[in-house]
Amino acid sequence: MRLTRRQFLQVLGAGSLGVAYLSAARPAAAGRLPPSAILIDIARCIGCRSCEAACKDVHGFPPGESSDLGVRAWTYVRVQRISRPVPHLTLGEASAMQRTYKVQCMHCVEPACASACPVAALRKTPSGPVTYDAGRCIGCRYCMLACPFQVPRFDWQSPLPIIAKCDLCAERLARGERPACVAACPAEALTFGPRPAMLAEAARRIAERPGRYVRAIYGQDEAGGTSVLYVSDVPFEDLGLPAVVREPLPAYTWRALGKVPAVIVGLGAMLSALEAFSRRRRRPEREGGSPARPRGVQP
Amino acid sequence: MTGVRHASPARALLWLVALGGLAVAVRRYLYGLGAVSHLSDRFPWGLWVGFDILCGVALAAGGFTMAAIVHILHLKRYEPLLRPAIVTGFLGYLLVIIALMVDLGRPYRIWHALVMWNPHSVMFEVAWCVMLYTLVLALEFGQSVLERTGRTALLRLTHLALPPLVVVGVILSTLHQSSLGSLFLIVPGKLHPLWYSSWLPVLFFLSALAVGMAMVTVEAVASARAFGRTLELPLLADLGKGTFAVLAVYLAVRVADVVARGVWVLASAPTLEAALFRAELWIGGIAPLVLLAAPRIRRSAPGLAAAASLVVLGVVLNRLNVTVTGMLAASGARYVPSWMEVLITAAIVAAGLLAYLWIVEHLPVFGEEARPGAPAAAIVPAGRSGAPAPPWQPRPAPRPLWPTKEPMLEEVPAGAVEREAESVDRGLRDA
Repeated sequence: MRLTRRQFLQVLGAGSLGVAYLSAARPAAAGRLPPSAILIDIARCIGCRSCEAACKDVHGFPPGESSDLGVRAWTYVRVQRISRPVPHLTLGEASAMQRTYKVQCMHCVEPACASACPVAALRKTPSGPVTYDAGRCIGCRYCMLACPFQVPRFDWQSPLPIIAKCDLCAERLARGERPACVAACPAEALTFGPRPAMLAEAARRIAERPGRYVRAIYGQDEAGGTSVLYVSDVPFEDLGLPAVVREPLPAYTWRALGKVPAVIVGLGAMLSALEAFSRRRRRPEREGGSPARPRGVQP
Repeated sequence: MTGVRHASPARALLWLVALGGLAVAVRRYLYGLGAVSHLSDRFPWGLWVGFDILCGVALAAGGFTMAAIVHILHLKRYEPLLRPAIVTGFLGYLLVIIALMVDLGRPYRIWHALVMWNPHSVMFEVAWCVMLYTLVLALEFGQSVLERTGRTALLRLTHLALPPLVVVGVILSTLHQSSLGSLFLIVPGKLHPLWYSSWLPVLFFLSALAVGMAMVTVEAVASARAFGRTLELPLLADLGKGTFAVLAVYLAVRVADVVARGVWVLASAPTLEAALFRAELWIGGIAPLVLLAAPRIRRSAPGLAAAASLVVLGVVLNRLNVTVTGMLAASGARYVPSWMEVLITAAIVAAGLLAYLWIVEHLPVFGEEARPGAPAAAIVPAGRSGAPAPPWQPRPAPRPLWPTKEPMLEEVPAGAVEREAESVDRGLRDA
C-alpha cells in the first residue's frame, strides 16, 4: 500500500514535470523567432501613396490622402521640403528639394506606450507588432504623452473615445502575410522581414552606395530600437524625424517604480518604529506622569 | 457676519459655477472632449490633468501630513488641525476622481486598473495608491460621521484600527505623491530640462509635504475668518516652522538638481520657461522662506497666511509647469485651455467649497480651539461679537481622539447641537 502510493506519486511527479517541460518549451520555441520589422527606404520612395491607400482599404477607413496620422489614418505619406538639394534616385532633379516617406507607429522593441498603459491595453507581441486592445482602454492618454514619436491618436470627437494607431497588420502577420502597406509598395521602398535581417539589409544598402545613403539607420537605436527602420539619402533631422534618446524609455520610469517594494517595506518599518517610539516618549509628559492606557480602561 | 450663510451671494455664485461646469460636462459626454477642450493629439494632457489632478492631489496632502504628525510623531497638540485636514484631504481626492470622470475617455472603465494589471506602469501604481488612500481617508473621515451619529462601539473599533491605518495612509501617500512626478520620467525628450529630472519623484514628494502643511494653514485662517472661529495661532506658528524646514529642503534639492544637471544657464535665458522657473523659485520658495524665517511674521495671522498662500501658489505653478508649460515647446503644439476647460476646473473647486461648507455645518470637524494646556493667544475676527468658546471638559474614558463639541455656527440651531452633544456624551459614558 505504502509502496504503491509512492510509485503513484513518482508517476504523478514525472507526469507533471513532463507537462511543465512541454508547456514551457512551446513558448520558448516561439520566442526564438526574431520579431519582424519594416525597412523603409526613403531614397526609393516615389510618394505614390499606394501604402496609404492599401492601409485604409484593409482597415475599412475612408479613402483619400492624409496629411497627418489620425484615428482613420494609421499611416500616411509625409511630403517634406529639405534644406539642401539632393537629386532623387528615380525622380531626379525634379524632386531634389523634397522627399516623401511613410509615417506610422514605430513598433518599438521596448515601447514606452505599453509600459505606460495602466491597464495593459497596449502590448508588444513577440512577433513585432505593438497591439492595442480597445476593450481595456480607459482613455487616460498616458500612451500619447509617453510616445517619443507622437504616434497614438485619440478620437476627440467621440463621446466615448479610444486610441488609434497602426498595428503592423498583426492579423495578416498571424496568417503568414505581409503588412498591407508593404505588399502594396510598387517601388520596393518597403521591405518586410525579421528585424535582424532588415538591419543587415539596411547596412548592406548603405555599404553598397556609400555616397548616396546617410550612414545611419533610423530606428536601430532610437528609443532602444524599433521595428520600423528608415534608411535615407537625406539626413534624418532634415526630414523632420524626431531626435529620440537611445535608451529604452520604460527603463526611465522603472528606475523609480522598481523602488516601490523597498519603499513600502522600509517606510512601513520606519513609521511603525517611529510611532512606537514617540508614543512611549510622549505619553508620560502629556498625561502628567500617569501612564494612562491608550484606550483608557477605567478602574 | 460672514459670506457663508446658506443663501449668501457667495454661495449662490459657487452653485452657479458648479452648475455651469455640469453643463460643460454634459456637452463633453454628448460631443466628445474635442467639443469642450483645446486638447489635441500633440497635446493630450492639459489644464485638467495639470490642475484638477496633479494640484488636487498635492493640495490634499495635508491629510497625510497632519495624520503623521498627530498619530505617528504623537504631537497631540496638533489634533485640532487634524480633522479639518482630513476633511479637505478626503474632499480633494473625491474631486480628483470627479475630474477623472470628465477627463478620461471612458470613465466608466476606471475600475479596469483593479483587474487589468500592468505593474510596469506608473499610472497603474498611482491608480491603486489613490484608490486605496481615498479608502483610508474615507475611514478616517468616517469617524466624524460616527461621532455625529453617536455610534460609540464602532467608534472605539475605528480608534483601535487608527495607528495601522495612519501608517498605511502615509505609505500610500508617499508612493503616489512621488509617483505623480515619476509619470513624467518617461518623457525625457519632451519635458523642458528645467523640470525634467530623475529626481522628479523626490521633488514631488517634498513639495507635497510642504504644501500639505501650507494648505492646513491656509484652511485654518480662511475658516477662522469664514466661520468666526478662533485661530490656533501658536500651533500654526509652530507648523510654520515645519513648513519652513521642509520647504528649505525642497528648495535646496531643486536648485542642487538643476545645477548638477548643468542646466542652470537655462534659467537666465530669455524664454517663457526660464521666467516661469524663476517665478516658481521666488514665489513658491524664497519668498515664503523669508516670511517664515522671521518670528514676528510667523506668529501673525496675516504673515502666516501670506507665506502659506505663496507655498500653495508655488506648488500649483510647479505642477502646471511640469504638465503644461514645460511640455509645450517640444510638442510643437499650441495650447491655451478653452473657457470650458477653465469652467470645469472652476466648477470642481466650487463643488469642493460647497461640500466643505456642508460638512463643516453638519459634522464635528473643528475641535475645541483653546485647551487649558495651550496658550490662548487667539484672534477673534471682526464681525463676530465674542461668542464664548465652550469650556473644554475632560471626558470620561474612552476619550475620543477628536473630542466633539458643538460647531460654532450661527446657522445651526443651538439647541439641536447641544442635544446632539449630550447624546454623544451619554453614549460615551455608557460605553
